[in-house]
Amino acid sequence: MFKIIEARFLSKDVKLFKIAAPRIAKKRLAGQFVILRLDEQGERIPLTIADSDAKEGSITIIAQGIGKTTKKLNTLNAGDSILDVVGPLGKPSHIENFGTAVCIGGGVGTAIAYPIAKALKQVGNHTITINGARSKDLVILEQEMKKFSDEAYITTDDGSYGHHGFVTDILKKLISEGRKINFVLAIGPIPMMRAVTEATRPHGIKTVVSLNPIMIDGTGMCGGCRVIVGGKSEFACVSGPEFDAHNIDFDNLINRNKTYLDLEKEATLKFEHECKLVNQKPV
Amino acid sequence: MAQFPPVKDRMKMVRNNMPEQDPNVRNTNFEEVALGYDVGLALNEAQRCLQCKTPTCIDMCPVNIKIDQFIERVVAEDYVGAYNKIREDNFLPAICGRVCPQDKQCESTCVLTKKYTSVAIGRLERFVADKVMSMNMIPAPVKAKPTGKKVAIVGSGPAGLACAADLVGLGHDVTVYEALHELGGVLVYGIPEFRLPKAIVRQEIQRLADAGVKFVKNAVIGKTITIDELQKEEGVQAIFIGVGAGLPKFMDIKGEELAGVYSANEFLTRINLMKAYQFPDFDSPVLDPQGRNVVVVGGGNTAMDAVRTAKRLGAKSARIIYRRSEDEMPARTEEIHHAKQEGVIFQTLTNPLEYLGDKNQRLNGVKLQKMELGEPDKSGRRKPQEIKGSEYIEPIDIAVVAIGNGSNPLLLETNPDIKTNKWGNIEVNPETMETSKKGIYAGGDIVTGGATVILAMGAGRKAAKAMNEFLNRQ
Repeated sequence: MFKIIEARFLSKDVKLFKIAAPRIAKKRLAGQFVILRLDEQGERIPLTIADSDAKEGSITIIAQGIGKTTKKLNTLNAGDSILDVVGPLGKPSHIENFGTAVCIGGGVGTAIAYPIAKALKQVGNHTITINGARSKDLVILEQEMKKFSDEAYITTDDGSYGHHGFVTDILKKLISEGRKINFVLAIGPIPMMRAVTEATRPHGIKTVVSLNPIMIDGTGMCGGCRVIVGGKSEFACVSGPEFDAHNIDFDNLINRNKTYLDLEKEATLKFEHECKLVNQKPV
Repeated sequence: MAQFPPVKDRMKMVRNNMPEQDPNVRNTNFEEVALGYDVGLALNEAQRCLQCKTPTCIDMCPVNIKIDQFIERVVAEDYVGAYNKIREDNFLPAICGRVCPQDKQCESTCVLTKKYTSVAIGRLERFVADKVMSMNMIPAPVKAKPTGKKVAIVGSGPAGLACAADLVGLGHDVTVYEALHELGGVLVYGIPEFRLPKAIVRQEIQRLADAGVKFVKNAVIGKTITIDELQKEEGVQAIFIGVGAGLPKFMDIKGEELAGVYSANEFLTRINLMKAYQFPDFDSPVLDPQGRNVVVVGGGNTAMDAVRTAKRLGAKSARIIYRRSEDEMPARTEEIHHAKQEGVIFQTLTNPLEYLGDKNQRLNGVKLQKMELGEPDKSGRRKPQEIKGSEYIEPIDIAVVAIGNGSNPLLLETNPDIKTNKWGNIEVNPETMETSKKGIYAGGDIVTGGATVILAMGAGRKAAKAMNEFLNRQ
C-alpha cells in the first residue's frame, strides 16, 4: 500500500497527489512515469511523475478525472492509500543544453512538461514555457512553470486568461519573429501535440512529444502500448514515452486509443451512478 | 491398507481417465476443466505402477521426483507421506501435476507405454497435492538455522519460486522481487483459471511465505532497484535472475498495429491477471469476443490458452491459425484435444500475410495464405513453404498473436556486464547456472527462451544448489 501524504485540486478536475514511495522517489528522473492500481478490482493506469523528493521519500502525480479510475482516484485524500504503485518506468527525458528550449504543456499535460522544463532550465537552457488550457480555471502549475522559465506564456482557448488562442499561436509567432529555437517539447492532448509537430516541421526544429497510448503492465511484456515511429513498431513503455515528433504516426495512436471507448463510457457511467446511490458527488 | 496387486494383474489394469467438465458446459465458464481423481481412482491408478527397480520415469522428470516412492505411499493411503516425498524435489506439485507436458517427460518412458499406457504420474501428483491441501494436512515448514546470508530472487515465476524454496530451506534470508502486483509470473498472468486455478497458486506461494521467504511486489529490478544496488546497498550476497521470456514477438506484417490485434501476453494478462472477463465489476476492459470471429496465430500452449479463452467469452468462431500441420504443434496433446472438444477450429498449414482494417483502423479482416510442408530443417521439423496464389481474405474481429516471446531488455539495460547471447538470453555455466557476473545466477526462460514450468523449476533448483555452495564459501 502506498500512502497519500497530500492531495489537493489544482483546477476543477485536476488533482495533485503526493504519495509515499521512497524507492521510486530515489530513482526517478524527469520524463518517467508510474503505473498505479487503486484497489483489488482496479485497472492499471500510467501517470507521469510530476515531481519527487528523495529526502521525504515522496513522488507527486497529477491526474485529471476523465474516466472511472481517474475520477475515483480524485475522490481520495491525504491519509488514504493506493494499492499498487510501480516505477519509475520508461526512459528518462533526454536533457542537455540545447540553447533555447520551448516547453509546451496543454491542460494536464503541463504536469508532465513541468518537470522536464525544470530539468532543461537546470542544465542551462534558455527556457521558454507555453502553458495552455481551455479556460482560466483549468490553467495549472502557473507559478511552478514560471519559476523555471526565462519567458513564460499562458494561453486559453476562450481568452479568459493570457493569450486568446492556442499554444501554437505563440510558438508560430516566436518562430516568425526569427527567434532561434533549438528544441521544442510538447505534452498534452494529441491534437495539440500534432499541431506543434506540424508547426516545427517546416523549420526543421527538433521536436519531442510524450505519447500516451493505452498501457497495462508498463514493463514491455505485452505491447499494448505499441506506437509507430519512423514506420517501426515501438513499445512506448520501454522505448518511450518520448519520441521524435516528426516520425510519429499520430493517426494510428488516436485510433488505438479509441479501442475501448464504449467500455470506458460504460465503466464511468456505472461509477457515477454508484456515487449517486451513496449520495456522494462524483468529482 | 491397500496393497499392490500381483504384477501380471497390474499390467491388465487400464489407465484411469480423469473426470472432466462436459465440453459444452465448460466452454462457457472459467472453472477448471479437469476435475481430478478421487481416492478410488487414485488408488486404482497408483496400483498400476510396476515399482521398477530402475525407474526410467524419474530420469525424465526435470527435477527427478522419486516417483516410485510417492506412488507406493499413495497405495498405502499415506497421502501426507506421499506429499512429503514429492516435496523433497518439487515445491509446487499442485501446479506441476496440472501443467507439465507429462507425455513428453516422466510418462514418456514409463515401461508400461511399450505395450499398454503409462501410469498417469501427473494426475497422481496433482491428486496428492490437492488431497493434502483439502485435508489441511500440509506439514508445517521445518525452519532451518539462519545462516545470516542474504539472497535476492528477481521474478516470482516458477524458476524464482523453486530457487527461493530451496534456499530458504537451507536457512538463507531470501527476498523475492516481482514487477507485477501479483506473484507467480506466467502462473497468474499467462495460464488461465480453467487450466490452473489461481487459488492453488496463491496457496503454494503462501507456503513459501510461511517458510520465511519475503516477497516484494511492484519492484521492477533495473528500474525501481538495480542489481548493483541490491549488492552494494542492501547487502545481498547472491542473486538469482528468473525474469522469464516476457517480450512478445510480432510477425511485422502489415496491419499488426490495428486496434483489435493483440499479443497473447496482452490478451491473457487482461483476462487472467486483470479479470477483464468480469468487466465492469473489474475495471480492465478487453474487446468482447462475444459473437465475433477470433483468430489466434500459433500452435503452442499459449495459443491454446488464448483460443480457449476466446471461446469461453462467447466467440462466434474461435480459430487456431498455424503455419505447420498439427503433428508439429508444440502444445500439450491434452490441450489440443480439449480445445477441439470445446469447439475450437484448427486451420493448419495457413499463415497470415496482412491484417485489414476499416476506416477507423479497426481490424475487420485477415489475408491468409496456404502452406505446404517441405524438407525437414535443422531442427528436424518440416519447413512450411508458401503455396503461391493461394491467398484469400476472411472477415475477423479480433486477432491474437501467439508466436512466442523473446527476452525483455529492461533488466539487462542496467547490467551490460551480464553476458547475453544474440537473442538476448543470459549465458550461464550450465553446471552452476552462474552468469558472467560473480554471485549472479540465472535460470528459466531468460536463459533457455520460452520453455516449460518444470524446466524453469529445475533450473531454479540447480542454481539454488550452486548458490548455497557459493554463499558457504563467503
